[in-house]
Amino acid sequence: MGELGAVQSFTVTFNVRRFNPETDEEPYWQDFDVQMYSTDRVLDGLHKIKWDQDGTLSFRRSCAHGICGSDAMRINGRNRLACKTLIKDLDITKPVYVEAIKGLPLEKDLIVDMEPFFAAYREVQPFLQTSAKPDKEHLQSIEQRARFDDTTKCILCAACTTSCPVFWTDGQYFGPAAIVSAHRFIFDSRDEEAQVRLDILNSKEGVWRCRTTFNCSEACPRGIEVTKAIAEVKQAAIRGVRK
Amino acid sequence: MPTVHHHEYDVVIVGAGGAGMRAAIESAPHTKTAVISKLYPTRSHTGAAQGGMAAALANVEEDSWEWHTFDTVKGGDYLVDQDAAEILAREAIDAIIDLENMGLPFNRTPDGKIDQRRFGGHTRDHGKAPVRRACYAADRTGHMILQTLFQNCVKLGVEFYNEFYVLDLLLTEVNGKTTASGVVSYELSTGDIHVFNATSVVFATGGFGKMFKTTSNAHTLTGDGVGIIWRKGIPLEDMEFFQFHPTGLAGLGILLTEGARGEGAILRNVNGERFMERYAPTIKDLAPRDIISRHMVQEVAEGRGAGPNKDYVLLDCTHLGAEVLETKLPDITEFARTYLGIDPVTEPLPGMPTAHYAMGGIPTNVDAQVLKDNTTVIPGLYAAGECACVSVHGSNRLGTNSLLDINVFGKRAGRNAAAYANKAKRPPLPAGAEKFVTDLIESMRTAKGKESVAEIRKELQVEMDRNAQVFRTEESLGHALTVIEGLRKRYKNVGIHDRGQRFNTDLLEAIELGFLLDLAEVVVVSARNRKESRGGHMRDDFPTRDDKKYMKHTMAYKKGQKISIDWKPVVITNYPPMERKY
Repeated sequence: MGELGAVQSFTVTFNVRRFNPETDEEPYWQDFDVQMYSTDRVLDGLHKIKWDQDGTLSFRRSCAHGICGSDAMRINGRNRLACKTLIKDLDITKPVYVEAIKGLPLEKDLIVDMEPFFAAYREVQPFLQTSAKPDKEHLQSIEQRARFDDTTKCILCAACTTSCPVFWTDGQYFGPAAIVSAHRFIFDSRDEEAQVRLDILNSKEGVWRCRTTFNCSEACPRGIEVTKAIAEVKQAAIRGVRK
Repeated sequence: MPTVHHHEYDVVIVGAGGAGMRAAIESAPHTKTAVISKLYPTRSHTGAAQGGMAAALANVEEDSWEWHTFDTVKGGDYLVDQDAAEILAREAIDAIIDLENMGLPFNRTPDGKIDQRRFGGHTRDHGKAPVRRACYAADRTGHMILQTLFQNCVKLGVEFYNEFYVLDLLLTEVNGKTTASGVVSYELSTGDIHVFNATSVVFATGGFGKMFKTTSNAHTLTGDGVGIIWRKGIPLEDMEFFQFHPTGLAGLGILLTEGARGEGAILRNVNGERFMERYAPTIKDLAPRDIISRHMVQEVAEGRGAGPNKDYVLLDCTHLGAEVLETKLPDITEFARTYLGIDPVTEPLPGMPTAHYAMGGIPTNVDAQVLKDNTTVIPGLYAAGECACVSVHGSNRLGTNSLLDINVFGKRAGRNAAAYANKAKRPPLPAGAEKFVTDLIESMRTAKGKESVAEIRKELQVEMDRNAQVFRTEESLGHALTVIEGLRKRYKNVGIHDRGQRFNTDLLEAIELGFLLDLAEVVVVSARNRKESRGGHMRDDFPTRDDKKYMKHTMAYKKGQKISIDWKPVVITNYPPMERKY
């Protein structure tokens, strides 16, 4: 049995990048000391700061177990979900650095404007397109269903897109998450408009901007092989789709 | 004072989870529709649902919607309105096909159809054996429903107002009738106020599990929509019935799907005994949730709990094998590894009941119209999903019936709201429409009291877990009521830190707590008033069901600062109440 019943707590220093658009010209770093347990998550630490020390600390969160995608942030320089990052997995002899994800406009503290991210998502036509009108369900084999299983796990948290150095320098790039969403339909045997999406992603700001740095795969809290999905879309753009 | 903006729509939907977006897909093609949500749509808690959605497709074995209806009625311990349950079960089949046709990637059978698995309380031929009725996409069925509905909203160009927090329902007298005329919302990113004048208003705002400490619910599930309705003097139905899901990850409350038991997982006590065999000999670990939760707590109370403090039971998946866990239950496998460092392939998981689902809520008829008493509808006002009480769940909801509920009644709400908006005239706004919200926001934003929001919320949650959870008594509920009354007094003297206009989540949490306190009081008063045990409401001091006195729905009304309780008859069509055995 893991750490259950462990009661020893210790002090963790969080160094949080703060920004209040109503009062600050520039973001700045602020230290907070928090009593934590090893099985606590970074999100618990942020809550302890907000609830016990400084109510102005602002961040998004909802489900708190890695399924809603609200709390992607940069923790010690890596994009993670605060609710899926356990204290025991961090080196707490040093401060834990927490800042907003990069490449999207900073709104306040750990909150960024998600609108450009969702705009790219909408552009790849992320919905099933088919002329078939079955009386019941479309038939799909277990193998056909497995073909795009990995990319159905995406929770649109933006951890991948905002870990991508190409996206940081070129905000017009669709980014990994939008390509993942396109992949989910391109390789779905029921969908008939793969080519439309491939044409969109074959454009100047499409898949060819990807430099295969694998940041996105490392960042994905759902374990999606993002770089592999992008490579499959690149292949399909050249050779056509094999579903 | 904040800037006030005005908008006009035919249909305004509050909440962008499964029910809200399913409603939008019906109404947006026919009316000018807006969906307003305090979150981005894909953050909604529908996405956390795991195991499946019930429909008698009979893809893998014989099944019928009539059996599904019976299971739903019996599962709800006969407090279900049977006409509504019949609609739920009958329309389930179209609801699943709708979702598949919209693109939902269900798991498949070898012949390419939607695969189905077992779930608690769903049986063949009126209780003879478990039946495979739950359609599923691994153990992220809710995630796939939320994504699919959002994708189809994108396809239809549905207008969303994301991170807009609705704080008031507007009602206008039209021809002597109290009629819905819109909502007032607070824009989180700017602090501005938005008044929406609408012909139809649909509430799809979800539940209020955050009044409990141990819960599967998101931080944001604070009962805002149900609380708004309550403050408007509209009654709330069956609020004492809250579901405690048996298998929360012990200590954390994170949900471990009942689908695990559907795939064959077994609950064991410290001796390794499959204790549900003693309590539900026919369907054992697939008994409904209320029954399993009760016996888990009982096993622990009688000293047969596992772990260093003997305070949980074990969910044993080890015999399922790595492949079933990785392909059919991958998310819960990962939760256990991430949060507890336990691998379910080799070790049993520690589980205890977690506050999961409100069976009660805003009373509606089967057309999703909100009722202001036992029979009178409020024109233009609709509710669907967890915030509503149709009542298809009675005193205990069966697993997989909530994803079904949001689809069937979300669709009905959207369709009916659009039809009404296309024939009715948009009512004028009441005088000073935004005043309540601007006053609330300004007074809270500048609140300098000594009391802490976090402290009051914590005390509420601890008290609800201790005294209004799986087992309740006159004494425990009386204690809870006293504590809540004290917390409500202290709440009047809260202070917040953040005085800003933009993304003031400090202010947001303070307002959310107000709704939780109001609703906790309704839950406890309703529970105290029902001196019997039925479904999710177990009274140690009244351990049996009492149909003579309590075969009726609770209707709680706000009368000034007091709560008065009335009753509403249960609709019985084909299934006379019987003793509930599994």
